[in-house]
Amino acid sequence: MTDTVAAAPPPLLEVRGLQKFFPITRGFLQRVVGHVRAVDGVDFTLAEGETLGLVGESGCGKTTASRCILRAIDPTGGSILYRTRDGRTVDLATLAPRDLLPLRAEIQMIFQDPFGSLNPRMTLLDNVGEPLLVNGIGNRRERADRVAELLRLVGLRPEFMHRFPHAFSGGQRQRIGIARALATNPRLVVADEPVSALDVSIQAQVLNLLLELQARLRLTFLFVAHDLSVVRHISDRIAVMYVGQLVELARTDALFRRPQHPYTAALMRAVPAADPRVRSGDAILAGEVPSPAAPPQGCYFNPRCRHAQQRCRVEAPALREIAPGHFSLKFPAISINVSSEKDRCHRHLCRVETLGERAFCSH
Amino acid sequence: MALDRPTAPADSPPLLSVRNLRVSFALDEGLVRAVDGTSFDVMPGQVLGVVGESGCGKSVTMRAILQLVERPGRITSGEIHFRRRPPSGGGEDSAETVDIARLPPRGPVMRDIRGGEIALIPQEPMAAFSPVHTVGDQIVEAILLHGHRWQDGGRKLTRREARDITVGLFRDVGISMPEQRIDAFSWQLSGGLRQRAMIAMALSCKPRLLIADEPTTAIDVTTQAQVLALLRDLQARHGTAIIFITHDLGVIAQMASYVVVMYLGRVMEEGPVDDIFHAPRHPYTRALLRSIPSLYGETRVALPVISGALPHPFNRPPGCPFHPRCPDAMAKCSGAVPSLQPVGTSQLASCFLHHDAVEPE
Repeated sequence: MTDTVAAAPPPLLEVRGLQKFFPITRGFLQRVVGHVRAVDGVDFTLAEGETLGLVGESGCGKTTASRCILRAIDPTGGSILYRTRDGRTVDLATLAPRDLLPLRAEIQMIFQDPFGSLNPRMTLLDNVGEPLLVNGIGNRRERADRVAELLRLVGLRPEFMHRFPHAFSGGQRQRIGIARALATNPRLVVADEPVSALDVSIQAQVLNLLLELQARLRLTFLFVAHDLSVVRHISDRIAVMYVGQLVELARTDALFRRPQHPYTAALMRAVPAADPRVRSGDAILAGEVPSPAAPPQGCYFNPRCRHAQQRCRVEAPALREIAPGHFSLKFPAISINVSSEKDRCHRHLCRVETLGERAFCSH
Repeated sequence: MALDRPTAPADSPPLLSVRNLRVSFALDEGLVRAVDGTSFDVMPGQVLGVVGESGCGKSVTMRAILQLVERPGRITSGEIHFRRRPPSGGGEDSAETVDIARLPPRGPVMRDIRGGEIALIPQEPMAAFSPVHTVGDQIVEAILLHGHRWQDGGRKLTRREARDITVGLFRDVGISMPEQRIDAFSWQLSGGLRQRAMIAMALSCKPRLLIADEPTTAIDVTTQAQVLALLRDLQARHGTAIIFITHDLGVIAQMASYVVVMYLGRVMEEGPVDDIFHAPRHPYTRALLRSIPSLYGETRVALPVISGALPHPFNRPPGCPFHPRCPDAMAKCSGAVPSLQPVGTSQLASCFLHHDAVEPE
């Protein structure tokens, strides 16, 4: 279970050194005076049929990274290697728009806001059937049949297809959005905060639906969210982002049992436990997320990190493989010791080891 | 037992007592009963958590307490008894109790209570602050309006004094460089600082009751932890009673000492926080607690769900509002509305599983 990387088939998606910088312009001539480094060197792979959770606070670049993969925006640098249905490997980052078109059907998106993402003037038939129309799939009758099938798939009645979105509740609308994303039989689905706008009792229904659809259709999910308990529930592996960089990437159980990066540990501690007998929220993370336009020198997390040493303030650490499949962005000498998962009063020990630089470096 | 949380002496009279409150909105499409017979008490110094999903009437109830229900909404019946601040020199016994539901919304008494004795921390501080005035000016304005809270002699505060008080408040809520931040506009502050400034404003008139309406929903989890710690600390220092409204059960578990669970404008269950989380009596509370993914449970398995969806506001089910989605529904649940009755030693629940008392229409 721990090391399937070597034996596994080539990944569906391989992101290497992904960067997206937004220019900051000033003055009449729109002179570029700096860059917002929204995504700054992100690496991860995504195996077929797996769910990768991408977590981080607002402004950490998780949405920008996912939009780059969809090529909704053009990345500044890096590569996004995607294995197509017919076995070719293409770089989505540099693919010409014309070559990208046939791949659009394979990579789809589920949006956060079920109220804003459906066209209120279109019936469900038109909303859900739109990707088929755009991709030139089927005639009118075939599209209607496909929409009926999709609605049934997401737990709605096919008779609903002639109604408009306003007749549906938030949870039902999110189901409609999921049906639309599945219309073209995609292989990779990017879900950007798909349950954060929903009520607690509806959230569980949609999470269950996503798990069920994934098992039935062999979907691969990139699940972007800020709610750690939701991400933990649905993901096989989790990538944690901070100021445009990946700080940790590991299997879900390993990440929660033994977070290696101080930021991951702090993020977990900040989640209020839904149990009054467990006191959480002690030892909270002070300060604020730095601006990606002017990140601090050294490790981006060092001003807020209680394990920070002199070295962290000047040098930027690289993402290292700490255990098989477990990557963390920190110096090998820095170790945080987290007691058992159930014990929320994490007692952190900062101990300096002389591991040297013999650890793996993924760069 | 729950962790160290302030509890009021059991015999002291409640600070706020809401009785059978009904608020409805007369719309063209029909009458929406947003709050339909809600009752609860807030004891002095207590942190009361109000939990519920969208449309359960939690925010409308709070607006009713402040007499801020907007047209076409109206308080149709019920009482909201509030113990006012005792006159200077008088003890707590001399405090006068008013029925807020009977007060004219724009009258002098309501204006004195609103902001001066009951303060609100809204969900979205970006929308609550004016973008064209500095945050400092907006707080100074509130202090000057309710200035007698800071002065005994009845002398009016000067602007300079109000500004100094504001700087002190900013320092109190953990805003660094308060002298500079006071002259910032709300859009120049980060989400966490903005919510801290909002808390400073709510505290500016030393309220007896603070209503926090989803104060951390719009901010990140690490900032949320900071704001919750701040509220907990302020509560411990000043002993202000807080009504904490949220849909996040984790926040409720960490903040509240007593919990009210609402659904479609009615109180389903209430009780001490430990009993609500560890011995819930109402099927809705049980289902709600089961349906949230935890940080410890098994991953990638189907979560227990509450079937169905929240009913449309015009389509209120007859009888118990939860019965169409309730796993334990019986024939009588659709015929009559169960009233809120004591169940066990410390909780109250409105459910026919535990008693037969019917709510009088």
